[in-house]
Amino acid sequence: MTGVLLAAVKVAVAFGFLMGTVIVLVWAERRIVAFMQNRHGPNRAGPAGILQTAADGLKLFFKESMTPRKAEFALYIAAPVLAVVPALLVFAVIPVGAPITIGGVTYTLQVTDLDVGVLYVLAVSSLGVYAVTLAGWSSGSKYPLLGSVRAAAQMISYEAALGLALVPVIMFTGTTSLAEIVEAQGGTFGGGLPAWNLVLVPSFVIFLIAGFAETNRAPFDLVEAEQEIVGGYHTEYSGMRFAFFFLAEYINVFNMAALTTVFFLGGWHGPRFGPPAVEMALPVVWFLAKTWAIVFLFIWVRATLPRVRYDQLMAFGWKRLIPVSLVWIFLSMVAIGVRRFGLPWA
Amino acid sequence: MSWFAGLLGPWRGFAVTLRQMFRPKVTTQYPEEKRVKPQRFHGRHVLNRYPDGMEKCIGCELCAGVCPARCIYVRGADNPPEDPVSPGERFGYVYEINMLRCIFCALCVEACPTEAITMTHLFEMSVTSREDAIYTKDELLVEPDGTPRHPQPEGPLVDLDELRRGHGWLRATAPSGRAAYEGIVAWTPSATYGEPPPERGQAGVTDETDGES
Repeated sequence: MTGVLLAAVKVAVAFGFLMGTVIVLVWAERRIVAFMQNRHGPNRAGPAGILQTAADGLKLFFKESMTPRKAEFALYIAAPVLAVVPALLVFAVIPVGAPITIGGVTYTLQVTDLDVGVLYVLAVSSLGVYAVTLAGWSSGSKYPLLGSVRAAAQMISYEAALGLALVPVIMFTGTTSLAEIVEAQGGTFGGGLPAWNLVLVPSFVIFLIAGFAETNRAPFDLVEAEQEIVGGYHTEYSGMRFAFFFLAEYINVFNMAALTTVFFLGGWHGPRFGPPAVEMALPVVWFLAKTWAIVFLFIWVRATLPRVRYDQLMAFGWKRLIPVSLVWIFLSMVAIGVRRFGLPWA
Repeated sequence: MSWFAGLLGPWRGFAVTLRQMFRPKVTTQYPEEKRVKPQRFHGRHVLNRYPDGMEKCIGCELCAGVCPARCIYVRGADNPPEDPVSPGERFGYVYEINMLRCIFCALCVEACPTEAITMTHLFEMSVTSREDAIYTKDELLVEPDGTPRHPQPEGPLVDLDELRRGHGWLRATAPSGRAAYEGIVAWTPSATYGEPPPERGQAGVTDETDGES
């Protein structure tokens, strides 16, 4: 019974955390992009405009939700939900901090730890493609359809690179559980460098690039290229249904940054010091700091790079990222083998 | 090493965006801070008075005649002999401008023989009904001391102080560039805060001191 209660509390906290994160994330993105363009960005609602997202959300809540006459109603309604649910589910396996012990009981700071965490993450995040495809198709309109076809092709293409980039990580750490992957990154290499998986630099770069494409962010945001296809797959959505897609998009950005932290930046590892309370809270601080650094990178890239052409996107995915990932898997396989078993001729 | 510079090229954009984050913003935070408007900014009209409080308008309807948008309605009337409103024979009995139609071309200002109608730097004129957009003589005519009247209360949006500076008024015809006007202000005196200063091209006025009174 306490297990159920604990799970319920964890789910509620994780949900609230994600909602709060999205509110800050949308505001941060608008502010940072504005600063990079010599503008102020939203600065009216609340101190420095931090309540702008809440105000926008409130507005969307009271907006009328239009339905196109040609829409397939059941799928049209299901698509926004399908977009949000996988985004929330991915976060469930991300460890946001070191396990804490209160009164002799140890609590893990993640909703649940799965032995197949990596596979779960890849599988659930792939479900997001269904939302996009169904939204585009069920709208019964041409621009959403074009956008969803693009999105499906793009997300499936880059999923391959995303998954391949994780193979060296799994080989290196020898586990597919996210908590254990983070655990394996503790300590240092020879007392100097922190033992993060960042040493697998090509994997990190490929994962990050594929992550941009998976979350449909600039420079791969041609899913919703405004100049060509209006809003892409969510053109025909309004009100709360649109807000769901918006929410899913930003949760996905945060998830991707958090996953990058877990897989490559050592998760919650960092110097721990001070009194017990501070010492217990520090891993969460390190995790959030690393994650927000990656989020800043996402925003920075968006403010800097122009959108790629569709053929460039496909060529880059299939002809560059995937072959490079395969070569890198082979190289790291050899290196890990040599490290474990010694040189074959020795 | 040119190949190396070429390799770095695509990444230099990131330095640009990062550097711009710490540059001053170009946006003016409008209601709090206002940009200095150009001297001849075409804002809303006012009807002026002479320093003794007499109205300048003589009801000749030249402004209404020249108006390309047909937004001015004027009716003149004979001055009552014992209590004249204007120095001339007649005065503007009715004076209305439909601000929804006005294109702010200032041809009325050019046409006016007595410089009765001029334009100001006020442009915050939003209204909630079409009737309110028709400015009547009550709103157009300045107070006897020269203070412009405004249908909206003075506040952060309506900065009447701006008008009390000498350059808050648009002159009808430019005295600049005419040798005969060298050193003099070619402007009939008005009941207003501060005399409009000499303009660029007149004696002692350079670009630096332009418009500052």
